[in-house]
Amino acid sequence: MAKSIDVSDLNIYYGDFLAVEGVNMTVKSKSVTAFIGPSGCGKSTMLRSLNRMHEVIPGARVEGKVVVDGQSLYDASVDPVAVRRQIGMVFQRPNPFPTMSIYDNVLAGNRLNAKKLKRSDADDVVERSLKQANLWNEVKDRLSKPGMGLSGGQQQRLCIARAIAVEPEVLLMDEPCSALDPISTSAIEDLIHELKSDYTIVIVTHNMQQAARVSDDTAFFNLRAAGKPGHLVEFNPTRKMFSTPDEASTEAYISGRFG
Amino acid sequence: MSSAPMSISHPRLPRWAPGLVGVMALALAGLPALLSGWGLVKWIVAAIVVFLVAMPLWSRLIEGRRAAVDRFVTALIWTAFAIAVSPLVWLLYVVIRSGAPAINGQFLSVSMLNVIGDEQGGIFHALIGTLLITVAAAVISIPIGILTAVYLVEYGKRSRMARVITFLVDVMTGIPSIVAGLFALALLVLLFGTAFRAGIGGSIALSLLMIPTVVRSSEEMMRLVPDDLREASYALGVPKWRTITRVVLPTALAGIVTGVVLAISRVIGETAPLLVVAGATDGVNANLFDGRMTTLPVFIFSQYASSTPVGYQRAWGGALVLIALVMVLNLIARIIGRIFSPAKGH
Repeated sequence: MAKSIDVSDLNIYYGDFLAVEGVNMTVKSKSVTAFIGPSGCGKSTMLRSLNRMHEVIPGARVEGKVVVDGQSLYDASVDPVAVRRQIGMVFQRPNPFPTMSIYDNVLAGNRLNAKKLKRSDADDVVERSLKQANLWNEVKDRLSKPGMGLSGGQQQRLCIARAIAVEPEVLLMDEPCSALDPISTSAIEDLIHELKSDYTIVIVTHNMQQAARVSDDTAFFNLRAAGKPGHLVEFNPTRKMFSTPDEASTEAYISGRFG
Repeated sequence: MSSAPMSISHPRLPRWAPGLVGVMALALAGLPALLSGWGLVKWIVAAIVVFLVAMPLWSRLIEGRRAAVDRFVTALIWTAFAIAVSPLVWLLYVVIRSGAPAINGQFLSVSMLNVIGDEQGGIFHALIGTLLITVAAAVISIPIGILTAVYLVEYGKRSRMARVITFLVDVMTGIPSIVAGLFALALLVLLFGTAFRAGIGGSIALSLLMIPTVVRSSEEMMRLVPDDLREASYALGVPKWRTITRVVLPTALAGIVTGVVLAISRVIGETAPLLVVAGATDGVNANLFDGRMTTLPVFIFSQYASSTPVGYQRAWGGALVLIALVMVLNLIARIIGRIFSPAKGH
């Protein structure tokens, strides 16, 4: 069920401003790909262009091609809503729905799309998703309580549970651990390892060790200069990236000499 | 190296100091008040002035300059609060005192039909009229108002169309209510002929006054819904219209309900447009679409205009019922707001 993603000559604009320039890469199916790079280099923008989420911002557009499973995402006939049903996303800041309980938050993808689920099936989905997100034990006795009552880290795991409850083909994660403590982070990383067998995962992270631990491939983005568009510097298997990178600037960034 | 102890404490006046100064200010101002026969208002104003001088002075001597300024400003703010609240309290007191004697079971359950002179009359017809006309006005303006707000916040964004609508809504806010009444009358006359009068005309006039308030408050509330939630919904593959109906509107619901009720409270007391377009009648008319209809404000106006003691009494009674009606509406809005507001429990 997992899909590979081919990106070719991708330029991403916000209005007239070119944010990311000339990206070519292939995200392999059933693998974890990490995007690293200094702040403002377009990692998140790149990630959001993979499920057409960046279009939510007025004026945002892309040139080039993103092909998932042989279908170009930016063809005129493609429905962005259908794309997002297949390619889920977890955001940097936890954003559970404030009007919904924990239970309803997990089922939001189904409920908001008016999918009818039998009570027992719904219970199964909730339990399985929360277990996968390593949250089940903490919330199983208060599923009817509001999701906003959880701590920040718990809210983020709730959002992950919500994203995997709809069983997407691809899961995009935008710095999912930046609000989490080390234990939750480790739980999320374990989760990523587990999910890898079924899903294609792309993760943006500022944490080198995390990129090294969880990813199979790593993409390093950088800015040529302040105000210039971000671009892809190097895309290689993570092992190679962290031992013998092709580019000098990659090594400099990874070893902490800049950025 | 020796250092002086940190100076973090200073003498404080006891907790009862403001109370003591208050009583003394009242007593001090009472002396000239008694001697020269001032009224209650003059006496209290004089006492407040004495307090505003004495309290900071005492504080300055004991506590220091910053505390004295604090005491002075605190006293000023309490004074401002009292000035702001006293008209409301006074109004309630007068309305209840004058209106309560008029109110009894019959007053609420009969109309003014065939009531002559000092006979017991009632406001039943006006109650029915107010409720029907206001509900119809709400039914017209709530959907239009909320849908306009949805367009402005979710679809229009900064487009030219949205700016034009926002401008027109602002202009609508300033329409004098009598003009709204004349507009509704002109509309009915155009459609149904010169002699036509109906409650629905009043509803149309009131909805003209309600719509801008509903649009503005709903718009503000929906703008407060964080974009994070919209993005979370889009990322789950939820279409935009479902995101709006299932995420944005429920999250903003408490505020929208409050805005709607404020709009209703604003128009429920309108007199002029209803007098023009819905007219006045002494009997019960429960048909919005045919015949004259009396509302409470119009009833109050016409009873007051009759200039008889019984008329005044009925007018005060009607006013009390009207205020109670608005208060009940506000309470309902608060309860609804409490029920639907995003829960924060643990």
